[in-house]
Amino acid sequence: MAIPEEFPISRRGLLAGGAVSVAAVSAAGSPDARAAVEKAPSRPPTARVAFHVNNTAHELELDTRTTLLDALREHLRLTGTKKGCDHGQCGACTVIVDGRRINSCLSLAVMHDGDKITTIEGLGLPGNLHPMQQAFVEHDGYQCGYCTPGQICSAVAVLEEIKAGIPSHVTADLSDPPSVTRPELRERMSGNICRCGAYSNIVDAIVDVAGVKA
Amino acid sequence: MKFDTPATNNPIDQLKVVGKPTNRIDGPLKTTGTAPYAYERHDVVPNQAYGYVVGSAIAKGKIDSIDLKEAKAAPGVLAVVTAASAEMLGKGDFNTAKLLGGPEIQHYHQAIALVVAESFEQARAAAALVRVQYTRAKGNFDLATSLDGAVKPPAVFGTEPDSRFGDFDAAFASAPVKLDARYTTPDHSHAMMEPHASIASWDGDRLTLWTSNQMIAWSAGDVAKTLGIAKDKVRLVSPYIGGGFGGKLFVRSDAILAALGAKAAGRPVKVALPRPLMINNTTHRPATIQRIRLGATTDGKLTAIGHESWSGDLKGGGPETAVGQTRLLYAAPNRMTAMRLAVLDLPEGNAMRAPGEAPGLMALEIAIDEMAEKLGMDPVAFRVLNDTQVDPEKPERPFSQRRLNECLSIGAEKFGWKDRNPKPGLARDGRWLVGTGVAAAFRNNINEKSAARVRLDRNGLVIVETDMTDIGTGSYTIIAQTAAEMLGVPLTQVEVRLGDSLFPVSAGSGGQWGANSSTAGVYAACAQLRTAIVEKLGLDPADAVFEKGRVRLGGKSVALAKAAGGGEIVAEDLMEYGDLAQRFQQSTFGAHFVEAAVDAATGEIRIRRMLAVCAAGRILNPKAARSQVIGAMTMGAGAALMEELAVDKRFGFFVNHDLAGYEVPVHADIPSQEVIFLDEVDPTTSPMKAKGVGELGICGVAAAVANAVYHATGIRVRNYPVTLDKLLDKLPDVA
Ligand code: FES
Ligand code: FES
Repeated sequence: MAIPEEFPISRRGLLAGGAVSVAAVSAAGSPDARAAVEKAPSRPPTARVAFHVNNTAHELELDTRTTLLDALREHLRLTGTKKGCDHGQCGACTVIVDGRRINSCLSLAVMHDGDKITTIEGLGLPGNLHPMQQAFVEHDGYQCGYCTPGQICSAVAVLEEIKAGIPSHVTADLSDPPSVTRPELRERMSGNICRCGAYSNIVDAIVDVAGVKA
Repeated sequence: MKFDTPATNNPIDQLKVVGKPTNRIDGPLKTTGTAPYAYERHDVVPNQAYGYVVGSAIAKGKIDSIDLKEAKAAPGVLAVVTAASAEMLGKGDFNTAKLLGGPEIQHYHQAIALVVAESFEQARAAAALVRVQYTRAKGNFDLATSLDGAVKPPAVFGTEPDSRFGDFDAAFASAPVKLDARYTTPDHSHAMMEPHASIASWDGDRLTLWTSNQMIAWSAGDVAKTLGIAKDKVRLVSPYIGGGFGGKLFVRSDAILAALGAKAAGRPVKVALPRPLMINNTTHRPATIQRIRLGATTDGKLTAIGHESWSGDLKGGGPETAVGQTRLLYAAPNRMTAMRLAVLDLPEGNAMRAPGEAPGLMALEIAIDEMAEKLGMDPVAFRVLNDTQVDPEKPERPFSQRRLNECLSIGAEKFGWKDRNPKPGLARDGRWLVGTGVAAAFRNNINEKSAARVRLDRNGLVIVETDMTDIGTGSYTIIAQTAAEMLGVPLTQVEVRLGDSLFPVSAGSGGQWGANSSTAGVYAACAQLRTAIVEKLGLDPADAVFEKGRVRLGGKSVALAKAAGGGEIVAEDLMEYGDLAQRFQQSTFGAHFVEAAVDAATGEIRIRRMLAVCAAGRILNPKAARSQVIGAMTMGAGAALMEELAVDKRFGFFVNHDLAGYEVPVHADIPSQEVIFLDEVDPTTSPMKAKGVGELGICGVAAAVANAVYHATGIRVRNYPVTLDKLLDKLPDVA
């Protein structure tokens, strides 16, 4: 198939110039633009943010581009929260903020001033596992373990959401409070991808913790 | 230790620890987020800088120039690495394309630069300022239009591209019942949850890489070769791996660029591949086009089996070996298979979970379903009738164990198969059309050399060290179970250390050879340790009994801690193999049963039930093994219903290169799954008498789903994935 005459090559600002050759135009091509770049400040803009993580107060001076996920992993060195995509597509970075689960990669750290954040390490540690962590161990609700902290944080929050009467896409009757059923759990957990495919065991673990026959 | 005669009774057969559905010993670490993955090693070396990879914006051609001025001037930038600045790089034995491109570009998103900065945000921002001028060359990106130029490839791991037995052409021509159909499978991505990641640190000329890799020894060698340094100067450490599925069998650009970046910046550097770069930068399972011809007598005996497969790869790459299982799965006196390989300029094709069998069975097991229908036979009965207990191409060579028929009949019984109406498109459940499908699962067993070192310390703790990896498979746990069984100690008295190139070389994780091979290596080392312990005590090893943390001999009984009281006792050994795998065909078998429902109006497909019955030798840990199978069934459901890398045939790349565009199954797609393991031991494979299951589980699943969709709707889809657009215009009228 012939390559169209005009086709932008990439975000780096290049244009296709012909069938087999490409001429490039720099996006910041003018001499003035370059001079401006060369005088760029050597320190990025930062801001101060204070929040509680797992009941410990932290105050950080952060590059304002830092996500909550990277603040946790790179600055506080709480690496239990995982980065699977950095784009809100996988759920590996799920943490609980003021009682609600969020994808921490989609949220800038500076937006969380004053927040109470719970990460997987805050739920429990070896020797003192949270019931959901213990249920994942018993039901083998994981394989490689990389999606696992996100699954567990999500699962803990999902049971709270159901308890709080928050409906989901599969809740049949919005006038009834939702209950812990397998379809409800599967729907609500679908933002947490497990490529190892432990889903069936994960749902068993959650049902076990919820203490219901589902 | 050499394994060259079938195993007799040995300490593993006690099954006090091995064979039990033990919780994983690494479970508390994984469920609390305290198991350290590659990018998270803040603990190993201070002062880590961040690297961000720049990928090529063209699929084929060359870089004319790279302008690094702005990137270098950006805040926090410490160094920029390009092929021009890196010293002449080699290429690893296991890589087809170079891991750092330039000036020649071999595929889209091939890495062309690494920007190193103080912070991740700075490295990412500066990477966007790298200005590149390319000259694009014409590439070949379309498999379907490349078939004429496809050639016979060289043998892959000893597997010839073609095989012939009997007279296929004559038998097929004269067969009273025939099928001749074409199937396609698309490119697939491993899409493991942990991106490829490495931290590199140099100490003089010595390099340490904390990385995420399935095959430590292969990869230490390839890092050394690529960088042009001696292998003994490279240390790889990979204790936890966030999924691999074949995508981390080899060294990738994160490791090489971290090493180059660390050298350039003069300090440790960490690199993770950004998710949107992974799919085109790394490897994938290549698409196939397959033609299957079957001939049978009217009473359902196959007389001719023919299977051809075309796939593509970069120059110097290999074929997707999609015809392999067809040489062994069903009896027929006349047979042919052939593989042809086209040169494509897409990213590098390579192994993904059950390479060959996974796409091969996607086609073959639909064909078998179609043939059964032509014959008016039940698809379970048709498979059972055409079973073989010998290698059909070498009838003097028996299978070591082959219980495919039991898998099928037990599965049929358990699934309620006999209630099935053989006619498709008749079962309704409200707005849903409901159907069931079956497929055989088949994957060869492979044994690989594997070594381990075992220490007994003064406290009676048994420590196992091997460079084996645990990619979610349960290696930590089954290795601990093996050592505990061999030395008669509880599981809590065993510590397992994996994934370090300082440890003895193991089989590694690939080709479902890991479980049996690595535990056999641990068996060998433990046998040595038993001898060393008994000799230390001045006794005769022949009839020593190891149990309850003690060694007992005649009237004497000594605690292991005491035996090592004078100093740690260490033993190391390697398990290697004779010709049993040549004398016997060692394979694993299974049957998949699936119930699917298709919305009569919209064509939406939902999987309702999944059952797998597997025969795979001794199951070392039924809990972890079951997880391997359900995980593989899930990936098979993805292959059936959604997974497809969309090729941009003009510009040569996979368009849907992230987790939003490349859809994999989520919770809502997967029902409760059931797995049954037949109680089996295979004494020809190793003293463990085990085989693998991690890949068996995916083999055949997609076809079982496709067959269920056919049974529900009467619409036969031969081009994967089976998506609703392929059903819509053929669905029955909705009343
Ligand atoms: S890392 Fe946040 S959703 Fe994937
Ligand atoms: S356990 Fe590996 S991705 Fe879920």
